[in-house]
Amino acid sequence: MGASERQAAPAGSGAAGRESGLSRRERRERRERRRSMLIAAASTAIAIAAIVILVPMTPGWEKVQKAFFNEAVFVKTFPKLLEAFWLDVAMFLWCAPLIAVWGLVLALMRDARSPALYPLKLFAILYSDLFRGVPVILVIYLIGFGIPGLGLPRPWNSPYIWGTVALVLSYSAYVAEVYRAGIESIHESQRAAAVSLGLSHGDMMRFVVLPQAIRRVIPAAMNNLISLQKDVALVSFIGPVEIFRQAGVYKSLYANFTPYVGAALIFLVVTVPATRAVDRMIARQQRRQS
Amino acid sequence: MKLEIIDLWKKFGANVVCKGIDLAVNEGEMVCLIGASGSGKSTLLRCINLLEPVDDGRILLDGLEITDPEQDPQPIRQRIGMVFQSYNLFPHMNALENVLLAPRRITGRSRAELRPMAEALFERFNLADRMGHYPDQMSGGQQQRVAIIRALAMKPEVMLFDEVTSALDPELVGEVLDVLRQLKAEGMTMILATHEMGFAREVADKVCFLDAGRILEEGPPEQLFERPREPRTAEFLSRVL
Repeated sequence: MGASERQAAPAGSGAAGRESGLSRRERRERRERRRSMLIAAASTAIAIAAIVILVPMTPGWEKVQKAFFNEAVFVKTFPKLLEAFWLDVAMFLWCAPLIAVWGLVLALMRDARSPALYPLKLFAILYSDLFRGVPVILVIYLIGFGIPGLGLPRPWNSPYIWGTVALVLSYSAYVAEVYRAGIESIHESQRAAAVSLGLSHGDMMRFVVLPQAIRRVIPAAMNNLISLQKDVALVSFIGPVEIFRQAGVYKSLYANFTPYVGAALIFLVVTVPATRAVDRMIARQQRRQS
Repeated sequence: MKLEIIDLWKKFGANVVCKGIDLAVNEGEMVCLIGASGSGKSTLLRCINLLEPVDDGRILLDGLEITDPEQDPQPIRQRIGMVFQSYNLFPHMNALENVLLAPRRITGRSRAELRPMAEALFERFNLADRMGHYPDQMSGGQQQRVAIIRALAMKPEVMLFDEVTSALDPELVGEVLDVLRQLKAEGMTMILATHEMGFAREVADKVCFLDAGRILEEGPPEQLFERPREPRTAEFLSRVL
């Protein structure tokens, strides 16, 4: 759309009144466009045909088809998988705000400049090294099995609580770095202007630096949220029967992998539109900054 | 004496930027600091506003030593307004919000209570129609005038101007200089680091020529511009005039 409109513009100015209504350059560009579209369509068709024809010719195809793309199993398990997915969504929904807040606190600690606050800064640095250096699944295991092992009474032995804690601890380390990048991207002159007016350090951060910094890093933070939505499934390793574990149960029940494919499809339905939305946000922001 | 600077030293690492500066500014006086880039003009202003800690020497505001490390810098900065070369407006706030932020936070009064004061300032400097505009919707001259209003809203006793016209297109310089003339006429005590020699000559009460971190020569503009005593001053003036 945008491209054709832009190309139409010179026609109005340069080649108005010409017999064909198009300048020579436009005719050539149109020809080239048509040719490249034909090539793209043809090569895509060939690639798809190759997959559709060649993959079923492999010796194990029939077995794979039965194990992964079994329609009967799919129909039987899909509704229950969808139901189990709500647990993933719920965990995501209560983890995300906690991560946003704790990540911000960590970023502010790291920004501390007065020597008296150096211990906080050091804590934030070590924290980020620690939790960004250890795989999320290990944090979930260590916290999810370790802390309830202390013999805490209900509900403090719940895997939901400790799974949440593990995700929040891990992810806020990444999100804090995102915030920090935003805070550091705000030019020193903005701080000078705020301070010269007599604002306190806290007011300067709250009213001048953070509103600008957070606006800048929203797209990057959203990317973290998308991977959080996927990593919520890791909490299943310490107990909760969310979609991944539910799919595992069905796999054992029907001796068939199709439930995993169903689970993957459900994740895609959520993550693909979210990823596209974030890409658009980033593009819009880059346009605004340039 | 409104403001007195006594033997001020400031260094950044090994680079000594201010080498024992003495300067006295009377109430209602306009002092212009001239000199090449890197001569210490901006650093001196930043020290007066306590944006930079001084290494040695004292700065007195109405006899109060503001460079005393025990002194809380926040109330001092409220008494001294500063305007920067690159305006430094807050881009996420419109002009009115830029002006109201500090008074709101520091006096604790509401927007509604403070709005008449801000509106009066916008009207005084012919910007009433720009109050709802964001910085990126205004010309450089308008942004710089909003920055001046923002500083004035804190009712400062002294105003510092750090090359406030240097980033402006030539045709916009005049409107900002007009604001400075207006302030001078109203009796504001001002210190300007500037490259606008014509303006300094016309409006300043005192001009100081800074060279390599020292005030090499100071005096009334007619004397300093017409009959500089120091050869370095004469050389600098011949280059810029």
